[in-house]
Amino acid sequence: MAQKAIREYDAKSILAKHWNKYFPDFTYAYETVLVENGTGLKDEAKTKTWLTNKALVAKPDMLFGKRGKNGLVLFRDNKPGDVTLEKAASWIDEKAKEKQNVYFSFHGDTPDGEPKTDFLTQFIVEPFTPHAQEEEYYISATCVGDDDVLYMSAEGGMEVEENWDKVIEVTFPITATEDEIEAKIRANIPADVAGKDKEGFAKFAIGFFKAYRELNFAYLEINPFVMQGNKIELLDMVAKLDDTAGFMMTKEWGDIEYPTAFGMEEKSPEVMAIEEADSKSGASLKLTILKPEARIWTMVAGGGASVVYADTIADLAGIEDLANYGEYSGGPTTGETQFYAETVLDLMTREKDPKGRDKVLIIGGAIANFTDVAATFTGIIKAFENYAEKMKDVGIRIYVRRGGPNYEKGLKDIKEAADRLGLWIDVYGPETHVTDIVRMAVEA
Amino acid sequence: MAQLFTRDTQAIFWNNNISAIQRMLDYDYTIKREKPSIAAIVAPTAESKFQKFFWGGDEIMINLYKTTSEAKKAHPNADVLLNFGSFRTAYDVTMEALDMGGFTTIMITAEGIPERLARKMNAVAREKNVTVIGPATVGAISPGAFKIANIGGTIENIINSKLHRAGSCGLVTRSGGLFNELSNIIAINADGIAEGVAIGGDRFVGSVFIDNLLRMQDNPEVKYMLLLGEVGGTEEYKVIDAVKSGKITKPIIAWCIGTIAKHYSSGVQFGHAGASANADRETAEAKNKAMSEAGIYVPSSFNDLPTKISEVYNKLKADGIISEIPEPAMNTVPKTRRSKQFICTISDDRGDEATYAGFPISSVATPDTGKGIGDVISLLWFKKQYPKWATQFIETVIKTVADHGPAVSGAHNAKVTARAGKSVVESLVTGLLTIGPRFGGAIDGAAEHFKYADDNKLTPVEFLNHMKKLGIPIPGIGHRIKSLRNPDLRVVGLKKFAAEHFPSTPLLDYALSVEQLTTSKKDNLILNVDGTIGILMVDMWRALGYSEIEIDEFISSGTLNAFFIAGRTIGFIGHVLDEKRLAMPMYRHPMDDILYQVDMAEEI
Repeated sequence: MAQKAIREYDAKSILAKHWNKYFPDFTYAYETVLVENGTGLKDEAKTKTWLTNKALVAKPDMLFGKRGKNGLVLFRDNKPGDVTLEKAASWIDEKAKEKQNVYFSFHGDTPDGEPKTDFLTQFIVEPFTPHAQEEEYYISATCVGDDDVLYMSAEGGMEVEENWDKVIEVTFPITATEDEIEAKIRANIPADVAGKDKEGFAKFAIGFFKAYRELNFAYLEINPFVMQGNKIELLDMVAKLDDTAGFMMTKEWGDIEYPTAFGMEEKSPEVMAIEEADSKSGASLKLTILKPEARIWTMVAGGGASVVYADTIADLAGIEDLANYGEYSGGPTTGETQFYAETVLDLMTREKDPKGRDKVLIIGGAIANFTDVAATFTGIIKAFENYAEKMKDVGIRIYVRRGGPNYEKGLKDIKEAADRLGLWIDVYGPETHVTDIVRMAVEA
Repeated sequence: MAQLFTRDTQAIFWNNNISAIQRMLDYDYTIKREKPSIAAIVAPTAESKFQKFFWGGDEIMINLYKTTSEAKKAHPNADVLLNFGSFRTAYDVTMEALDMGGFTTIMITAEGIPERLARKMNAVAREKNVTVIGPATVGAISPGAFKIANIGGTIENIINSKLHRAGSCGLVTRSGGLFNELSNIIAINADGIAEGVAIGGDRFVGSVFIDNLLRMQDNPEVKYMLLLGEVGGTEEYKVIDAVKSGKITKPIIAWCIGTIAKHYSSGVQFGHAGASANADRETAEAKNKAMSEAGIYVPSSFNDLPTKISEVYNKLKADGIISEIPEPAMNTVPKTRRSKQFICTISDDRGDEATYAGFPISSVATPDTGKGIGDVISLLWFKKQYPKWATQFIETVIKTVADHGPAVSGAHNAKVTARAGKSVVESLVTGLLTIGPRFGGAIDGAAEHFKYADDNKLTPVEFLNHMKKLGIPIPGIGHRIKSLRNPDLRVVGLKKFAAEHFPSTPLLDYALSVEQLTTSKKDNLILNVDGTIGILMVDMWRALGYSEIEIDEFISSGTLNAFFIAGRTIGFIGHVLDEKRLAMPMYRHPMDDILYQVDMAEEI
């Protein structure tokens, strides 16, 4: 996936790093720290005096929004703007102590839907910035269809969604020149921006949009930013990067991390191992575990074919029977395929089917363009050899369907190996419709 | 153009991906294409100038170039670029080609090009009316005409899937793996495809479904279309609009894969980077439903797709829109092939009579053919038929350098060796081995340095300073005794011939302006015979239409020296035969002609 969310802290750091290039007419103090607990915050205070001298704001920085409505923004102890270092540190420790419920969507102030529950592990702490409501603005940019769109509003903060009709949208083709961008932004400054601030707002918006384009953000939102003369505060930011641009942005982005979203299940060690193998390989290895106790497991070659198999299993057997989703493609080596196959077999042979049925292993794939079928099947056969006893214990029926370079040998080899090892197998080539083995497995 | 590719389409392949190119050539051979579908390969780091490939059981050579512009210049008719650059370089390669012009289709295979770059590349291509296939694609095919790289897989699969000749279906998919699968399904349930494109799996691809379907609507070979979409994006709705507005009238069969995605809220990425539904109308279900409502043939599931294809195909056949397609004759690619160890591109002794660059020896040998040794050199050295003035100039050079008396070092060596009782060939090579930077090398050097000065527009003064900095005397300038007042008549002759017969002599003109400056310093710093030959050779090649790069390569490969070697061989053999005739005894150098100063070696 190309577009990846980053922390608010990292988004601010990237802008701060390039501040003078994009916002030469403005100042930004870049007073912000990212900590895991109260002790971490106090450690930061040893070098950053503002943490001791100023009133603070603290909130989790874990890729979710609506932190205010979730009661997870600390900006007051007794009254707004009186949060001390000590208070912030103890609040963080308190919030980090046990799992928190977070709602991702609200109707007004009422939570909507089920909350996600997880530990809060990352907090961003910044100075409290006293300001008037009219100094708050909204700005964001993203790609819609083939074009970039800049959204601007004089109403920043929590109210922006309620006042979405006041948001000005300006669309730019990818080929727009700097002059065209400047002119178009200047011509579309929201009417509600005070006359004296219009020029400043325009300059800031132009710099913002250039930064969004040139730094390869996929999404960039500041809501709100506070403009006081030439002084800017970034109160809240959301950003996604186009990670495919990483190779040319190493200097611009610095050492960037793409965290897992709050409440997402921690990746299992098996999935992490496959991800690591994938990152080291020119081929593609993907694995998602959907329901480990389910009956039907897939080991499918090809991005498109894997989707078709998943669709067909959902259609014919039902979603509750599908244990995993994944694919291998792009000519993986025998060793890579063996590793992939062993990972799937290991997961699949841990428990028997609760209803006592045989499990089903779908080794599917379309007709390969260039992947050597016999070579990849050699890897699967080696995995069979290592897991044959466990597979027989659990009871597994294997259905194979594949075509492409060297497929006859691949099919013959896998059939012979399964027979030799005493495994149940049915093998089909390109004369059989690609997903027909799913029907066979379900009807059997 | 209604057809993406024809049997005459030729491509430039960026990156020397040998196995993919070989698959294309095997396909070409199988379908009996006249010319290979690859005209040239761009390989920026390659040392060699060509790559060998099999053509059936035989071998052919395809030229390698360092840059796309060189390849395009040498093969202007190749209007397809197959960009196999990595995700780091693919953008630059595409943009350069778009800027250069002359390409109608660019295919990009890399996956994961930065989105902003992909969007820019696609927008510029659209502006210039260039069809982009990809990025992140296995390519496209016009069966029986042209196939990109690995699409269709092995030759066996291509024939099984009837991709060796045009059928009736226009196929568009996102996925490359399923493209192959669908070709097979269409071959089993109908009569194969007329044209097929895998548009690519990245979020931003160049040509999208609608672009390809609109072209197929105009392609008379396409009788119906098959579209395989995916969850995510709204491209399928453009197709629906085109069907509703009557822009597309041919039947379309369509299916969007990824119906599974509805069961999982988020976090599971099914399939390609482009496959992620951001709204209800982007789900596979919604798109399948909308397409069905627009009158597109939508099966109930992917598993039922074959039945739907068979239904549409048989209906069109019953209506007389599709007729039986005759199976064309094919070549068979041999199972085992052996690569050849040696290559010869200048002469051939396999026929009735040996040839020099295609000309039977008898057609250039005898006087009545009107051909001289200059013609033979132009054929065997340059594989070209040079015009009369050029072959005569070559002969003039050969004659001019044939000998320069017994005292020059090469002739002297040959004579000493002959007197030691060695054979003609042994004595000759002793003389020839003397030829180098100091003996005969001035021809090379003069051509190299004067051409450098002229190419870089140095004034004569700047040129002299440049040579001074290099710390070498100007090659081709200076003579032991001759001067402006007492000119070397060989030089006079060469200059006269050039003035009368060369179309122009820009480098000689430049050299003479340098000579004016050097002779103003010292009388004998004239342009000598070596210099004149080297410089006039450059003028000759320029007039014959060679590029500056080619001429630089002639110079660096020692071609100029070769004229001197060929000519002086005549003289050396003369000296050797002279020694044999005179039966001269073994030569020993007189001791009084040697300064002896031999100190006792010190111990260290």
